[in-house]
Amino acid sequence: MSEATETQKPAPTGKKKFELDERLKAYKGIWVFIEHERGVIHPVSLELLGEGRKLADMLGVELAGVVMGPPGDTTRSFCHEAFFHGANLCYLVEDALLTDYRNEPYTKGLTDLVNKYQPEILFLGATTLGRDLAGSVATTLKTGLTADCTELNVDLDARSLLASRPTFGGSLLCTIQTLNYRPQMATVRPRVMAMPERDASRNGRIIEDKLGMVESSIITKVLEFIPDEMQDKPQLPFADIIVSGGRGMKKPENFKLIWDLAAVLGAEVGATRPVVQAGWVELDRQVGQSGKTVRPKLYIAAGISGAIQHRVGMDASDVIIAINNDPNAPIFDFAHYGIVGNAMTILPALTEAFKTHLAMARKAG
Amino acid sequence: MHIVVCIKQVPDSAQIRVHPVTNTIMRQGVPTIVNPYDLFALEEALRIKDQYGGRVTVLTMGPPMAEAALRKAISYGADDAVLVTDRVFAGSDTLATSFALASAIKQINKDMPVDLVFTGKQTIDGDTAQVGPGVAKRLDMQLLTYVSKIRSLDIENKEIVVERRSEGGVQVLKTKIPSLITVLEGNNEMRFATMANMFRAARYPVKIWNKDAAGIEDITKTGLKGSPTVVSKVFAPTPRAVKAEIIQCESNEPKDLSVTLLTKMFTKFPKIEKEISKRAA
Repeated sequence: MSEATETQKPAPTGKKKFELDERLKAYKGIWVFIEHERGVIHPVSLELLGEGRKLADMLGVELAGVVMGPPGDTTRSFCHEAFFHGANLCYLVEDALLTDYRNEPYTKGLTDLVNKYQPEILFLGATTLGRDLAGSVATTLKTGLTADCTELNVDLDARSLLASRPTFGGSLLCTIQTLNYRPQMATVRPRVMAMPERDASRNGRIIEDKLGMVESSIITKVLEFIPDEMQDKPQLPFADIIVSGGRGMKKPENFKLIWDLAAVLGAEVGATRPVVQAGWVELDRQVGQSGKTVRPKLYIAAGISGAIQHRVGMDASDVIIAINNDPNAPIFDFAHYGIVGNAMTILPALTEAFKTHLAMARKAG
Repeated sequence: MHIVVCIKQVPDSAQIRVHPVTNTIMRQGVPTIVNPYDLFALEEALRIKDQYGGRVTVLTMGPPMAEAALRKAISYGADDAVLVTDRVFAGSDTLATSFALASAIKQINKDMPVDLVFTGKQTIDGDTAQVGPGVAKRLDMQLLTYVSKIRSLDIENKEIVVERRSEGGVQVLKTKIPSLITVLEGNNEMRFATMANMFRAARYPVKIWNKDAAGIEDITKTGLKGSPTVVSKVFAPTPRAVKAEIIQCESNEPKDLSVTLLTKMFTKFPKIEKEISKRAA
């Protein structure tokens, strides 16, 4: 991704067929780094396997998971989870030095595997761990890395990954390619891709490798890990219903109407970037490219215009209801239902309507 | 203690306009700001300087106008400012950007050894969070990303203990300096510029370095040539085949609109009704 958008390169205009460098033709296959912490696989890795499976089939290559962790059954079980979610094989590096995530041993482990087995594409989740590792590995390998992709595809002629992501502040997406470098690396944020079906009858090959490091050569030490208290943190990415507000709510006090509806529906409260930046709600509630990506069954957007920044974080929702007083707001281009009107009067009415429905369901139930 | 803080001048996202015909971002006349995430890094560096003494150097790569961002940093209390600017840097992606910044930091290090490099967690325009890790790798420094707190700094033994945000919790890490830290937002607040520093910022001669001054000999590692990624296409998101069904009814009163909406939605999407009815129990 070009850092300076104004100096982005123009698209290659010539029709000349792209010819991949000979030495790069040896790079084959798609890899997904299987992220796990404290004995649990991060769902984003499984989502990436689902997407990687599709692309591997298009390219006619194998899909591999990369599992690194402490020796033991738990680490090994992640290989099988990867098979259940579409991988043909797994590269496994077991070493006590990989118990906690640390940049140095993980960068070395993954870089060594890439140099030895040469994949053409490498995906990582755009988590704190994945971004830390992806940036380090890409720089070490001197290859291209595209962050926070929202769409992945391949150009079969050039055997090139087409990684798309929103451009800054605008209403557009851009496709980024890494032409004459391998592997082509990309990160994708949790919940952007759909979770594939788990099929426990699938199996695959495990290829084991060594880390080749000793603790004394690793400079950074983990002193302790303080787990979050989950119950008080908003859990937007996995919420079934979300009620979100944008700048169209006008005042922080009006956000109470959002909370009221959410309370009736047992929903999480979300918000757009400007609302979070203004401090109306906490950072963890931001939905969009620089916040959380969500896929609820129902998403209610009040006073949200639908800028691409917000849209990419929520347009995989099953049903979207938009309330906005501007009939031309872009949100009506991708919502399922729209009410054109003042959110401050519509929201309380909607809350009442849901309440009535719930009361009826209770009687019936 | 010498801390280099990498900052970037970015367009103020609140003021971005999209051209109605070409759909491209209109940058003319859009005010620029210091990337907000970088201010948390700068403030953290200034606090270390307050406590332990030393110098804070701010560094940016960009067009000549990026000098304004450096002056702003001086007004907050940074001691020195370096702008790396050259035509050969045009079109740099994150790999090429990290090369230019790392080269400049090596030059800065010759004047006064660098103990820490700070960056924001990401920029608000690129949003990649890749340049910090890239610079660390190129300088062979320990990398600590998403740091929410610096617990202790032992200058004599060159040791630093930090809290790092990770998935599901906070890692407490101890490492050696020199190291590169990307600072998480929200854990400090940028101080006000003092009158003295504002005067100083106005007069301060920002160091303007071209590729030679930044110690860059191999220009194939910079700009377009040094960038593995290319933007091959810019496009508008595909609209859903069907636009939103705009709910209307005779009265168009909020109450009637709401009831109409629920009836329509529950008919077409029975699973939504099921999901909501679950909550009645």
